[in-house]
Amino acid sequence: MTELICKNLSIGYDNSIVVDNLSFEVNSGDYLAIVGENGVGKSTLIKTILGLIKPMSGEIEFSNGLKRTDIGYLPQQTNIQKDFPASVLEVVLSGNVSKMGFRPFYNNEEKEKARKCLEKMELRDIEKKSYRDLSGGQQQRVLLARALCATEKILLLDEPVSSLDPKGTIDMYSIIRELNSAGTTIIMISHDLNSAIKDANKVLHIGHNIFFGEKNEYLNSEIGKRFIGMEI
Amino acid sequence: MGEIFEQLMTYLEFPFVRYAFIVGILVSICASLLGVTLVLKRFSYIGDGLSHVAFGAMAVAAIAGLTNKMIIAMPVTIIVAILILKTKQNKMSGDSLIAMISVGALALGYLLMNIFPSSSNISADVCTSLFGSTLILTLSKTEVWICLALSILILVLFVVFYNKIFAITFDENFATATGTKTGIYNLTIAIIIAIVVVLAMNLVGSLLISALVIFPALSSMRVFNNFKSVTISSMIVSVVCAVVGLIASIIWSTPVGPTIVVVDIIIFFIFFAAGLIKRKAVQ
Repeated sequence: MTELICKNLSIGYDNSIVVDNLSFEVNSGDYLAIVGENGVGKSTLIKTILGLIKPMSGEIEFSNGLKRTDIGYLPQQTNIQKDFPASVLEVVLSGNVSKMGFRPFYNNEEKEKARKCLEKMELRDIEKKSYRDLSGGQQQRVLLARALCATEKILLLDEPVSSLDPKGTIDMYSIIRELNSAGTTIIMISHDLNSAIKDANKVLHIGHNIFFGEKNEYLNSEIGKRFIGMEI
Repeated sequence: MGEIFEQLMTYLEFPFVRYAFIVGILVSICASLLGVTLVLKRFSYIGDGLSHVAFGAMAVAAIAGLTNKMIIAMPVTIIVAILILKTKQNKMSGDSLIAMISVGALALGYLLMNIFPSSSNISADVCTSLFGSTLILTLSKTEVWICLALSILILVLFVVFYNKIFAITFDENFATATGTKTGIYNLTIAIIIAIVVVLAMNLVGSLLISALVIFPALSSMRVFNNFKSVTISSMIVSVVCAVVGLIASIIWSTPVGPTIVVVDIIIFFIFFAAGLIKRKAVQ
């Protein structure tokens, strides 16, 4: 079933178009890898889908009953977070905020959900620790737990492994793979082309040429061969 | 010691001294609550910028001959606060905008006070509004009530929006992306900051408001590791500094604002050292 449709989408900042005429669809349970060279607008695309940037033209539609509050997002780390005094539990709980409306405090259900997400990411032992004292891999898992607290339907990940060491990277990919096989739709940007594409079932390549389709088609296509050849 | 205590008790019999303590405690609580968010959002300077705007607005109010200067200062400061937070996303970066508004309002205010002098001693007037030297001891009963009402409003807003303020401070993009109406909360934060700044002018004067906003938060962040403890600690630190500063300024007849700030600075260094020791102990 289709969850997200982008039709003739043009995206960019301040009246300058970065990517033009982009169309693709994401079905529930898909694992879509967004690839392309640096600066072609991958992050801009994610932010446009999330509603942080307005599309210049074209349409983004959620279907299958998907609402804005059903979206989980794993952003790139910001500067602000590096010395932020917040406990792991506080960060994960904050994933619930969007569903609270004007209710001021977390209810038991939300606290329980945060606990489950902490368990899933194996963070229960360090839930009292401060976010700023964690390793890069742990921090990513905390942010992922927060995203899961918000929803388990669809998850957008912006370069989830860019700040991780090799072991952290392998762990992260396996966590994402497990989430996907448990039914979460994944849309992920990655630089790390080979590992990113390994688990994906669909690929969106943006840049000078645009490709959207099944992974196997991409691997056999002219554009895919050239890009992957360049990486290796 | 007993002598100082007695002296203090004598002073506390005067209503204006009691007013000063009430307002001092209220303002320091409100300022410290906001401080944590502002420091973490890299907006430490907004208090400074807004206080200069409030100074300019007060100058205009004085020329207009208004007895309650807040009538002009409050709305002007709120509007500027909203503008600053709104333009943050736009091209002009936050810090240069704040610097511009800050200096501009200060200069304009002083210029206006000179062109249309409302009293014979302008430099004393200016000094008072900049450093709050005696302002807090001249509060009227009405001003104390206004301060009390606004402080309660701020406290209620902060408690009700606490979890949202945390989410937005930690990661505004995530909050917006997952469907939180961040606009409303940012607006609330802007309004609260503006109110705090105008209230705090009475306590420490416009030059030192930043200190009241950022020092307790910065001190607490040295020692505490989660948002809730940092917030609570800032509140306590801020109140302690205000009370100690007020008492010291009465005993040694020093200007109130700078005395409070000096106490804040001392506490900061104590917390800084405590933080270092704590981190060493953990390793």
